[in-house]
Amino acid sequence: MTSSVESAKKLELYSYHRSSCSFRVRIALNLKGFDYEYKPVNLLKGEQKSPEFLKLNPIGYVPALVDGDLVIADSFAIIMYLEDKYPQHPLLPPDLEKRAINYQAANIVSASIQPLQNLDVLNYIEEKVGPEAKMPWVQKHIGKGFAALEKLLKNHAGKYATGDEVFLADLFLAPQIHGAIKRFNFDMTPYPLLARLHEAYMQVPAIQDALPENQPDYPST
Amino acid sequence: MEEGNSTTMMKLYSHPMSSCSRRVRLALYLKGLNYECINITSIGDPELLKVNPMGYVPALVDGTTVVSDSYAILLYLEEKYPQHALLPQDIMKKSINYQAASIVSSSIQPLQNTTLVHYIGEIVSPDEKLPWAQYHIRKGFVALEKLLANHAGKYATGDEIYLADLYLAPQLDNAINRFKLDMTEFPLLLKLYKIYCETPSFQQIFAEPPQQIDKSLFNFTKPQEA
Repeated sequence: MTSSVESAKKLELYSYHRSSCSFRVRIALNLKGFDYEYKPVNLLKGEQKSPEFLKLNPIGYVPALVDGDLVIADSFAIIMYLEDKYPQHPLLPPDLEKRAINYQAANIVSASIQPLQNLDVLNYIEEKVGPEAKMPWVQKHIGKGFAALEKLLKNHAGKYATGDEVFLADLFLAPQIHGAIKRFNFDMTPYPLLARLHEAYMQVPAIQDALPENQPDYPST
Repeated sequence: MEEGNSTTMMKLYSHPMSSCSRRVRLALYLKGLNYECINITSIGDPELLKVNPMGYVPALVDGTTVVSDSYAILLYLEEKYPQHALLPQDIMKKSINYQAASIVSSSIQPLQNTTLVHYIGEIVSPDEKLPWAQYHIRKGFVALEKLLANHAGKYATGDEIYLADLYLAPQLDNAINRFKLDMTEFPLLLKLYKIYCETPSFQQIFAEPPQQIDKSLFNFTKPQEA
């Protein structure tokens, strides 16, 4: 699994085990065969605001990829960068329409679901409405996004979201579905296609290796 | 300007005050693409649902292809109609454009969109709507101000209009005019906003919406308040 760029300095990924955005990039790096250096950033402890991290990445976002002198944050930007610079194991299909389906699925996750279940928002809901309001809030927004995804992918899914190969859509879906089930106990019954995809994802080595529980910063207790 | 155009007229299902729709209208204008703009003003509009079961705007119909989600539409347009490129060739500048677009599309817009803000008004309190929106816009603007510091020229990532500008212009318009955000700590973003206001392609898109829009839905400030 050695990449042709092994002789150059290793890529570094600043990541948090449980961050679904980090998870997406970990899958991409695994698929493209990178042996990258994992740099943990504990979001719960606020390490993304540390002076060292901010010096490297002024916007303080995780994940962040370091490739030589280049520092790139945001999972979608990182994945598109990897796709441009390291074309092995393409993360987008050649067909324009199928590519568009991949972009749509990725953005339903990254714009309509994930931002509404992040820590900052959930803390706000807990504080302003009450702890009992967090779950309904999360269920509502995940449910809305998952309903849209079921419709979007209905006529396109094969073994994976947009066919029989793992592409961009899968990189966004796998962490989102895994997180919904593990973190929020989300009931997948109304979403049979996504439930089936989840089962398929759990068999893919590049995704398994990227799971939160398989990262160096996953708590051992 | 006709070098890459659709054989049948494209249709854009759009909401005139939606920043997501505005991004796409800017792209279509810049690329010189003809299209029929169909204004959707109510959620669950049956004409839209027929074309796009997800019910999202914007949604683009190009022949038999239907693409929804502004990011997906923009990348689809970029790949199919390469005139007036929306992304620079340089890999780093390209990535700055993606990062800026993502900050707006993931970290800001979803948290200040009308439906969500009104929902916050319902479950928390009506007085929370404006602070909620301003908080999230401000957070994203702090990141953008830093991201673009070493890259901006006349526009966000240099001297030409690219993807980042298509995201920034509508978001800045919302922040300043709809949510009255204090822009003092964002001199670069404010400078960009002023440039956008003077650029003809952006002016086109920011022209007053048709009268049948219920603009009270987009008014988050109370002018009569003491």
